[in-house]
Amino acid sequence: MNSETATVRQVALEKDDVGNFSYPESHKFDAGYGLSKDTIDYISKVKDEPAWVNEFRHKALETFLSKPMPTNWATKDLENIDFDAIRYYLSDGATPKRSWDDVPPEVLETFDRLGVPEQERAFLAGVEAQYDSEAAYSNVKEALADEGVIFVTCSEGLKEHEEIFRPWFGKVIPTGDNKFSALNSAVMSGGSFIYIPPGVKVKHPLQAYFRINSENFGQFERTLIIADEGAEVMYMEGCTAPKFETATLHSAVVELVAMKGAKIQYITVQNWSSNVFNLVTKRGLAHEDAEIRWIDCNIGSRLTMKYPGVVMKGERARGEVISIALANDGQHQDTGAKMIHAANNTTSNVISKSISVGEGRSTYRGQVHIPKHLKGCKNNTECDALLINTNSRTDTYPAISVKGNQHVTQHEASVSQVSEEMLFYMQQRGLSETQAMSLAVNGFINDLVEEFPMEYSVELKRLIDLEMEGSVG
Amino acid sequence: MSLTIENLHASVEGTPILKGLNLEIPAGEVHAIMGPNGSGKSTLSKIIAGHDDYEVTDGRVLLDGVDISGLEVDERSRAGIFLAFQYPAEVPGVSNANFLRAALQARLPDGEEIDAVAFYKDMYAKMDELEMNRKFTSRAVNEGFSGGEKKRNEILQMMMLDPRYCLLDETDSGLDIDALKVVAKGVNSMRSANRGFLVITHYQRLLDYIKPDHVHVMADGQIVKSGGAELALELEESGYDFLKTA
Repeated sequence: MNSETATVRQVALEKDDVGNFSYPESHKFDAGYGLSKDTIDYISKVKDEPAWVNEFRHKALETFLSKPMPTNWATKDLENIDFDAIRYYLSDGATPKRSWDDVPPEVLETFDRLGVPEQERAFLAGVEAQYDSEAAYSNVKEALADEGVIFVTCSEGLKEHEEIFRPWFGKVIPTGDNKFSALNSAVMSGGSFIYIPPGVKVKHPLQAYFRINSENFGQFERTLIIADEGAEVMYMEGCTAPKFETATLHSAVVELVAMKGAKIQYITVQNWSSNVFNLVTKRGLAHEDAEIRWIDCNIGSRLTMKYPGVVMKGERARGEVISIALANDGQHQDTGAKMIHAANNTTSNVISKSISVGEGRSTYRGQVHIPKHLKGCKNNTECDALLINTNSRTDTYPAISVKGNQHVTQHEASVSQVSEEMLFYMQQRGLSETQAMSLAVNGFINDLVEEFPMEYSVELKRLIDLEMEGSVG
Repeated sequence: MSLTIENLHASVEGTPILKGLNLEIPAGEVHAIMGPNGSGKSTLSKIIAGHDDYEVTDGRVLLDGVDISGLEVDERSRAGIFLAFQYPAEVPGVSNANFLRAALQARLPDGEEIDAVAFYKDMYAKMDELEMNRKFTSRAVNEGFSGGEKKRNEILQMMMLDPRYCLLDETDSGLDIDALKVVAKGVNSMRSANRGFLVITHYQRLLDYIKPDHVHVMADGQIVKSGGAELALELEESGYDFLKTA
């Protein structure tokens, strides 16, 4: 065990943030430790998957094994992931429940403690909550189902809606996109499949909560959302993991497809415990006049690497990434955005705000690609970093490759600190140092939080308050 | 009941700023401190508030008989010390309403919540007194405020937090005469038998509107002369030249 790991463990044990609890495990299906062809066959068998899915997994495993760790540009901390010490599939074998009454009490208790509030259920159009590998609960209001909206687990999607699912599955993010998308493709389990028929505008957000409950367990959910022509949908995902002494791996793949004139908003509020490796690939494909918007909020985890992207394939397509990252002691938030312009008059916007606390480190990586043959493309990139004390670190790596001269791009970056003067002022009004820091951090991201649905902005504020507790002074 | 400063010595980075300052502000009284630039007037208010740039090397500060020298800035605030800043800091992204609410919330015991309706009602009434626009509540604290707006905001916070002792640091600087009158009206409305004020100012002008019970002259880290309200008028007329001959 190297010293870095020790530090991370210590932090994990000492810090008392939200989600620090777990329930006794009982798993009917457990693929055991390590990853091999047998692991994959086990998963396929338990899930009773069609042969094409099993083949897909096997190819992905080969790709995963053949790809090196991207440590030539990313942090060496990746090398501390021990793939043989991870359990890749756990399930109690229960099928997704359709009513809250059928959900086991300990799972409900978990949701209660996480704050998936009862009063929100009525408001939310559908809830898909993932407890370890399989969804413990999923429901779509009848009205939506009547309109042809499909909101099921990914496993159900590939079996029962193959004709819609398969043509887009793995097309936005091919298996070989990166080492972790390959890993996900090999052992994927859970996640959502959503299809919105042409012209259907889903008024209320669809929501999923993800949670890792078992130690040494990797979570590999796979989500595919397709909004057909002129359709609109907002999807919200919240993530919390209780803390364990050994590192846990979360590696999701999320693909969005917005057909002509469709709109998809994907909102993530994530609060992993500080021993989780969170390595997620998220990308959307926007056709003509379509709009894809990622709102991504990363709190916690040992290392998060996530660069939501939009490929603007059709004319006038729009892509947007709004991201907030908070890196506390022992945490590294390596986040950013990828904007690939592939048609004329496409527009992209990236706004990133990061907060580094104590020894926390945040990195922004942005890629904007506009090829030479295109006309009238626009990109705006803003990244602002807030440092909470002198040990914090922030880096910005913008890669803007714009060819041709008929485009408009602008890039702004700033680094600021909570000044002594500001702190003294706030404390003089009676706020403790922690409260003052929390307020300053909330103020820093305030304009972005306004983009969040109400209940998420409340949750976010609560998470930040918890995160700031004990981290200053 | 009083705010009592006893033989206070303080220095910043080894340089003495206060050199044995004594001052007693009984509740119910308004004391003014005047003095030339560099005499340590503003520093005194920051030290009373507990700013950690300054090292108190001797003496103590008593709030109603209790030594607050060991308390943090926020603890002193909650104990009843309010400092109206000469240059209030900006707090980007935090609205005035949220800021005030957080400050009031910090005064409540755990588990108790501010009554939002009562809070807004109270705040609006006080804003009306200070002739402040309602839109002001949603603006970020002091961000892009004019000098006059900042000072009114300080007074609004002071009225809302209901402190035991108010320290006003050059509240008149940067104010035109109309704003000065409004601010003074706010301060005067707070005068009561159980609240004391320390008004730090360069100019007699403010004291035309906030009538002090006592005036002190500060020079080189000490109080060198004390008197009634008439002392301010004398200083206005003859300046601080008497200090040089002393």
